[in-house]
Amino acid sequence: MVPTGYYLILSGLVFTIGVIGVLTRRSALILLMCVELMLNSVNLTLVALSRQWDNLNGQIFVFIIMAVAAAEVAVGLAIVIANSRHSNTTNVDDVKLLKW
Amino acid sequence: MTASILFFIVIGVVCLASAIGVVTSRVAIHSALYLLVNFVTLAIFFVTLEAQFLAAAQVIIYAGGIVILILFVIMLIGSEKIETRAEHRSWTPYAGILLGVALLSSMIYAFEKAPQASDTTTLINGGGPQTVGLALFTAYILPFEMAAVLLLVALIGALLLARYPRNSTIESGNTNQP
Repeated sequence: MVPTGYYLILSGLVFTIGVIGVLTRRSALILLMCVELMLNSVNLTLVALSRQWDNLNGQIFVFIIMAVAAAEVAVGLAIVIANSRHSNTTNVDDVKLLKW
Repeated sequence: MTASILFFIVIGVVCLASAIGVVTSRVAIHSALYLLVNFVTLAIFFVTLEAQFLAAAQVIIYAGGIVILILFVIMLIGSEKIETRAEHRSWTPYAGILLGVALLSSMIYAFEKAPQASDTTTLINGGGPQTVGLALFTAYILPFEMAAVLLLVALIGALLLARYPRNSTIESGNTNQP
């Protein structure tokens, strides 16, 4: 059986890659994809720990996270579409109308 | 080096490589396809972790829903708008990587400091549909219904945000019918 620590290390690495992606990429769609990477790494952590402690709560939590992530991606993509229709770009650095 | 650990390492390398591919690819559609590979490897991990229902849900929701949504939006917006021009400042990518490394090192530190628990050797009841369904519909019925309401609200919200404005020429231009 694979030790739980291996899964935790892998999920930490994927989370860090997602964080680097959010911090360095400036296109809104790539940002959303990197946020999905982070959410999935947390899902992997929860399922691995749910198996270790023989508790089904982790898997139920992952189920709810999947539903929330789907809703968030739908609304985020709708915002990206509406914004690109208005300003013809998807660079998040250009969305600065409220900046002082 | 048992077979399961070898399998884990192989799938883990694919998972990490596809995650790096999402972050570093210049074409948006390649990023979406790398993300799809990442989701499939995660579904494989869920199967090895006795969470079979979640593996199927992962493939259906993420690989079969979210990635398709993202691909549709990429094709709708068009790749000429998804430019990867120069960053805000020239040192932004390096600052991002540095912050990521700081996060990783803090995670490793926490991992080393945490008290190590012995791995359980008994197989749990499993995450098959019967077990998860029993838990969802008895103990977790309220979050289940709230997730359904949330999805409805997100559906209506996305529809409202992404439709054409009322007074655009798209709606008023289609009058070439007899």
